[in-house]
Amino acid sequence: MTQTDTISKFDGGLTLVAYKHLSTGSAISSMEQCKQYIIPLQQHIGIISQPLVKKGERVLKGQMLAKPGNMISAAVHSPVSGIVSDIKQHEVPHISGLPDLCIFIENDFKDEWIERHPLADDYNQATSSGLRNIIRDAGIVGLGGAAFPSAVKQTEINIKTLILNAVECEPYISCDDVLMREHAQEVLTGADIIGHVIKARQCIIAIEDNKPEAIKAIQSAIDNDGTGFFNIQVVPTIYPSGGEKQLIQIITGEEVPRGRYPAEIGVLCHNVATAYAIYRAVYLDEPLISRITTVTGHGVKQPQNIEVLVGTPVSACIEHCGGYTESSDELIMGGPMMGFSLNSDTLPVVKASNCLLVTAKEENRHKQKHLPCIRCGKCVEVCPVRLLPQQLYWYASSKNVDRLIEHNLFDCIECGCCAYVCPSDIPLVQYYRYAKTTIWQQERERKASDIARQRHEKHQQRLEKIKLEREEKLRQKRELLKKKSNGNAADNKDGDKDNKQAAIAEAIARAQAKKVERNKGKDNENKEPG
Amino acid sequence: MFTVIITLAIIASIFGLILAYSAVRFRVEGDPVVDKIDALLPQTQCGQCTFPGCRPYAEAMAKGEADINQCPPGGEATIIALADLLDVEVKPLNAEHGEVKTLPTIVRIDEQTCIGCTLCIQACPVDAILGAAKQMHTVIESECTGCNLCIPPCPVDCIHIFEVRPTVRTWTAELPDVDYAAPHAS
Repeated sequence: MTQTDTISKFDGGLTLVAYKHLSTGSAISSMEQCKQYIIPLQQHIGIISQPLVKKGERVLKGQMLAKPGNMISAAVHSPVSGIVSDIKQHEVPHISGLPDLCIFIENDFKDEWIERHPLADDYNQATSSGLRNIIRDAGIVGLGGAAFPSAVKQTEINIKTLILNAVECEPYISCDDVLMREHAQEVLTGADIIGHVIKARQCIIAIEDNKPEAIKAIQSAIDNDGTGFFNIQVVPTIYPSGGEKQLIQIITGEEVPRGRYPAEIGVLCHNVATAYAIYRAVYLDEPLISRITTVTGHGVKQPQNIEVLVGTPVSACIEHCGGYTESSDELIMGGPMMGFSLNSDTLPVVKASNCLLVTAKEENRHKQKHLPCIRCGKCVEVCPVRLLPQQLYWYASSKNVDRLIEHNLFDCIECGCCAYVCPSDIPLVQYYRYAKTTIWQQERERKASDIARQRHEKHQQRLEKIKLEREEKLRQKRELLKKKSNGNAADNKDGDKDNKQAAIAEAIARAQAKKVERNKGKDNENKEPG
Repeated sequence: MFTVIITLAIIASIFGLILAYSAVRFRVEGDPVVDKIDALLPQTQCGQCTFPGCRPYAEAMAKGEADINQCPPGGEATIIALADLLDVEVKPLNAEHGEVKTLPTIVRIDEQTCIGCTLCIQACPVDAILGAAKQMHTVIESECTGCNLCIPPCPVDCIHIFEVRPTVRTWTAELPDVDYAAPHAS
């Protein structure tokens, strides 16, 4: 049933032209397999995963290629069966455009799966930790875009409500919408599994009111279910309602405190696509090797949603959708508000790639000079986290770290609302990104220099200790010599002679003993071959 | 007259005792200014400032015997921070002491050429080189500060400098160009 009680709202936000109809006209289409897949070892927030395979090794579909590097990390799996043709640096979809370590799989088109043990409906009997291990081993990360390892946030302490985020507030993107239309039952099963892990009492599925078909599909699945665990909450279409903290504020009316996790107010938030991936991992024992991605924009011939294997080159996805139009301009991974442009289409699709947007030339207004800030305050009105974007801009351009931190730079979710409304076209988010990464870099340098200082101090202490020890030894020797010479002077000469003679006798005895031993050894050697 | 002298003497001795006690109780170990300066230095321990390490340089600065612009690894950021702390004018880096690197560097030992002489181990100020006499030596890259002090003692010139390029994990965004407008400008 649809909840009818009034919902809260967050400050700011924008109503954007959605362009979702571009890609929702057709069903999800599956892509034919490619010859080569490129699997980056870091597709998640946290530590890079550690490769388990070697170059030249044959791998099966679904086989783990790399294990989590530590607690906050995620495994990656082979999307096809084939040969590991290389493990090397390759450009990955990242805002920096830098390369990272990737595993290359040459497809043998046999589609041979590893042995699987699907739990199917038995998941009800499984323990929380057992299910969490399955989710962790399946390499599941948040598929809404942040790619945070899912198992890490599934704590079972004090969680009352599971919120399934199906808001999908960015323009153009429709992968969650079509997923719900076509796989509503599976999504609910996935949510039930998560509910089982975290022992939630209720699950609220939050959907924006611009997705009536998805609402209908989920509603009928809920009616079939009949347990009363699930509820739909329709939320108004305001960008960025899909932000985790914004959505929690809409649904519960409570704000997640700064620097804290939603779990602390008894809420856990997962994307619908993540729930679907968890269904596939637990129910079917399929690791996260594919996802639904929206390929859209006026620069691509047949915008649509595709089910694509992780590691597929972007060029293959575009080709599957009819290729680029003549007016195509920029290739963006993610939505128009928070996405980043890709330098080439040889990059692979990763777990977090919810959208490939190809803009047409007239949609784009890049190469224009931005004007000075006139302090109109429009950015303040739209900021969903109530920051002062114009002040942050000011301090970022003057590199004033202390003031940036005082003005809560790190609360910025980089939603892009401020830059969108700015009449001077200032790329505000890029200033914040510059400031954030620079502060992180300074922090890293400070840590490194602290370690270097410690190591240098220990080094100095050791040298000092060695020096003191040497001096002490010298002193002792000197004293011994002194004593000896004093003693010699007092003793008669015969005693000295006796001492010397004894020392000589001892040395002779030692040499003889050694000789005997050596001879023995030789005898043994001689004996051995015979 | 006599009582006044006695009273003042008693008061004076009480204060004397309090002062003597607090001198022991609140004794400051070392010079706090030196610590503050040292915290701002990059701790490469490279000696380019002509002092044998960062702390000696910090001590010299605290005494006013060294200038704030003698640290090439710290660069402009360190000079500004030092000027701020010591309340003096910012000045450009003294080129006599070296130039600012564009990228941080580390060294690597060419293990094929290394003869295992241990001279580089003795030169390393942060114990970042591992090896033993007549054994292969190697640099623990995560601990290397890029001071290059190990290079001159090497008799076979097998230590080479490498730049540390940023990765997706250590990347920093650049300040946007003023000629660049917001991508979502409408």
